[in-house]
Amino acid sequence: MRLEKRPQVSHAALLLAPVAAVLFTLAVSGLLVLWAGAPVGRTYVLLAQGAFGSVFALTETLTRAVPLILTGLAAAVAFRAHLYNIGAEGQLYAGALAAVAVGGLHGGTGMEWSPYVLFPLMMLAAALAGALWLLGPALMKARLGVDEVVTTLLLNFVMLLLVSALLDGPMKDPTAMGWPQSVALQGDLELAKLVPQTRLHTGLLWALALAVLVWGLMARTVAGFRIRAVGANARAAAFAGVPVTRTVVLVALLSGGLAGLAGAIEVAGRTSYVTLDMSPGYGYSGIVIAMLAGLNPLGVVAAAIFVAGVLVGADSMSRAVGVPTYLADVIVATSLLAVLVAALFTQYRVRR
Amino acid sequence: MTDADPVLTLRGITKCFGPLVANDGVSLTLARGEVLALLGENGAGKSTLMSILFGHYVADEGSIEVFGAPLPPGNPKAALAAGIGMVHQHFTLADNLTVLENVMLGSEPLSQPFTRRATARKRLLAVAGQFGLPVDPSARVGNLSVGERQRVEILKALYRGARILILDEPTAVLTPQESEALFATLGQMVAEGLSIIFISHKLGEVLRVSHRIAVLRGGRLVAESAAAGTTEAQLAEWMVGHAVATRARQPAQAVGEVVCALHDVHTAGSTRERLRGVSLELRAGEIVAVAGVSGNGQVALAELLSGLRVPSHGEALVFGEPVRGSAAGLAGRGVARIPEDRAGVGVVGDLPQWENAVAERIGSRWFSNAFGWVRRGAARAHAARVVQRFDVRGGGLDAPARALSGGNMQKLILGRALTPLEAHETEVPKLVVAHQPTWGLDIGAVDFVQQQLIAARDAGAAVLLISDDLDEVLGMGDRIAVMHAGQLTPAEPPEHWTRASIGLAMAGAAEAAPAEAAA
Repeated sequence: MRLEKRPQVSHAALLLAPVAAVLFTLAVSGLLVLWAGAPVGRTYVLLAQGAFGSVFALTETLTRAVPLILTGLAAAVAFRAHLYNIGAEGQLYAGALAAVAVGGLHGGTGMEWSPYVLFPLMMLAAALAGALWLLGPALMKARLGVDEVVTTLLLNFVMLLLVSALLDGPMKDPTAMGWPQSVALQGDLELAKLVPQTRLHTGLLWALALAVLVWGLMARTVAGFRIRAVGANARAAAFAGVPVTRTVVLVALLSGGLAGLAGAIEVAGRTSYVTLDMSPGYGYSGIVIAMLAGLNPLGVVAAAIFVAGVLVGADSMSRAVGVPTYLADVIVATSLLAVLVAALFTQYRVRR
Repeated sequence: MTDADPVLTLRGITKCFGPLVANDGVSLTLARGEVLALLGENGAGKSTLMSILFGHYVADEGSIEVFGAPLPPGNPKAALAAGIGMVHQHFTLADNLTVLENVMLGSEPLSQPFTRRATARKRLLAVAGQFGLPVDPSARVGNLSVGERQRVEILKALYRGARILILDEPTAVLTPQESEALFATLGQMVAEGLSIIFISHKLGEVLRVSHRIAVLRGGRLVAESAAAGTTEAQLAEWMVGHAVATRARQPAQAVGEVVCALHDVHTAGSTRERLRGVSLELRAGEIVAVAGVSGNGQVALAELLSGLRVPSHGEALVFGEPVRGSAAGLAGRGVARIPEDRAGVGVVGDLPQWENAVAERIGSRWFSNAFGWVRRGAARAHAARVVQRFDVRGGGLDAPARALSGGNMQKLILGRALTPLEAHETEVPKLVVAHQPTWGLDIGAVDFVQQQLIAARDAGAAVLLISDDLDEVLGMGDRIAVMHAGQLTPAEPPEHWTRASIGLAMAGAAEAAPAEAAA
């Protein structure tokens, strides 16, 4: 048995591949549901209802999707340039810290700027903080050939320790009764609710706008061409006159910046302060989402909503039929593998 | 001088890759003590046929017999055991090991605790003596010349008991003198009863070295003939499918001012691939051809003038300004650059043809606005002109460049480098740097590429043509220089050189200066 490249990739195969991947995922996860002793069909119906079945469920799913869209974009941009940024988690926290530093710390110190000034400043600081957290690894990769997978991954733990230190130190909220959480954002910097009586906030609009912007940047601008060229073949890109190091730095700033914004928008839209558990691995999920989306920025939106739906839906499903919520992680992970294999089979076929 | 009993029989070999028929009912026999040349253009099916023979592919139809016994398909080990040895064009030797170690590598069972070095050494020297391939078993392969490495590859196959030797483009990396030595070795090997399949696309050497010639075209065996009495023109016609007009040399008409000047240029880098005091002047309206065995600094020279390298010492001027290692800068100033590795460096294979066609200038005001937004209309229109002018066939503007055949990919690269903007039709390139531009192309594409270089010269460009194909150097160069070990002989008109004197200079003989060769 060997893999042989298909001479032509048919459009039908490209359309069928994701469908086949989803069916495969449901079948494999179904085995686990059976193992847990629950009816497969009902479990999946409950999961779908829990994710999209009511206004409340839908808003919860979309709320969860907001940071996932942003970290997904961060990963998609970086991976497209072959900069394997595994550190979106740390960059997200860097952004969240910066947002609180600008929008919360001075509370009561007399700096009474208009929210119209402070809000953009806060967002900018968050993006910058995330970007700078990735700049070091990117420069080390471009200049010294240091593997960015290792450096970005390890910086996540550095960031978590930094957050921990700040939450027990300079940023500690004195009114939190000893809980390790930061001071809160000024009330007028928080994002408005998109749907009243729910947690869905206007961060969703930010995320959607950024997805469209990133798509335009990648597909329609000189910088996007350079990013794609460097990612696909850095030697050929350099030959054609693309400044490779500068492009890698630009990608790092973009990717880190998007992850930083994810942190700021979570703080401004949902938590209003930083805690050590504000992200249940959004940065890592972003990698999965980017791969599910085939690194397409618009696809990231769909993939993020899918993953958020599975996560949110699994909660209510679990309460109803007693299948552990870990099923959600299995579904997400299996779907990623299935999509990758399906994509492989659109390009190759098995020959004896 | 050949026995009647065939040592190798291929019967009706057919192999398809999707709709592509790589081999279509090919039947061949090889006799004991015979050199069979397998001739064909790139993509004619030579490699596929040999891969099937060697067990890398399984034929859809057909059978193979070696020494009268059927060869099981898809099993390289069986092919080796049956006595088939292959010498690849790109050597498979470990540089950091000695000749003996390389030969022993993989030919001893892993189960025995110690290698039998002394026995192996004795056997290697015996094989070397039998076939006239002198070799120092304890020499480190990394220190050997290319010709010597090839000898080690051949010895490796013979050491394992090969009775049928397949040589894939063996002369591509050799100087003319080394090629002669190889041909003498082949003679000795067939005299000892070996059989040889000699793969090549060089007509002259095929006629010179082989007894019988088989020509493949489009996967089919189109002709089989004794070498004696066949002419180059006949072979070329079989290969291409129609008569091939040979083109007369077209010498330069008006040579103008100096466009590019190198004075005692050195570059940093590994010892094999760097410049060590190169001086050269290129003038408008002439082609300066640089001959040499690849790996003697040609990459450094090409990269220097492509803006990918800077001199570590000395001066390199293009249009009177020093090169500063900026590919975009040189391209923007009218240097057309054609890299050696067209698929790996020339194009970004995953990007569509149109983006590749404008890649060098996408940041210019013609193809993008002040905000960095690409003017897709203008860019695609220019790409369409490139594709149309240079007859790039395959896939269309939106297909990935990777899908193009070698010839069409090269046309796209040439077109990108040589097509002026529509608004500036007269702004043609003033310097063309072409590194192995016809390597691996079929005859039609070779002719097209060479005509384009000549056209660029006649339009006033200085052309630097770096090639290890001696025929191309002699046929194209208005002046010829030879590169060896990072140094370049003075560039002299072709009349000052002979094949022999170029060969000596390629091998680094100091006395092979062109002046003496002319005397």
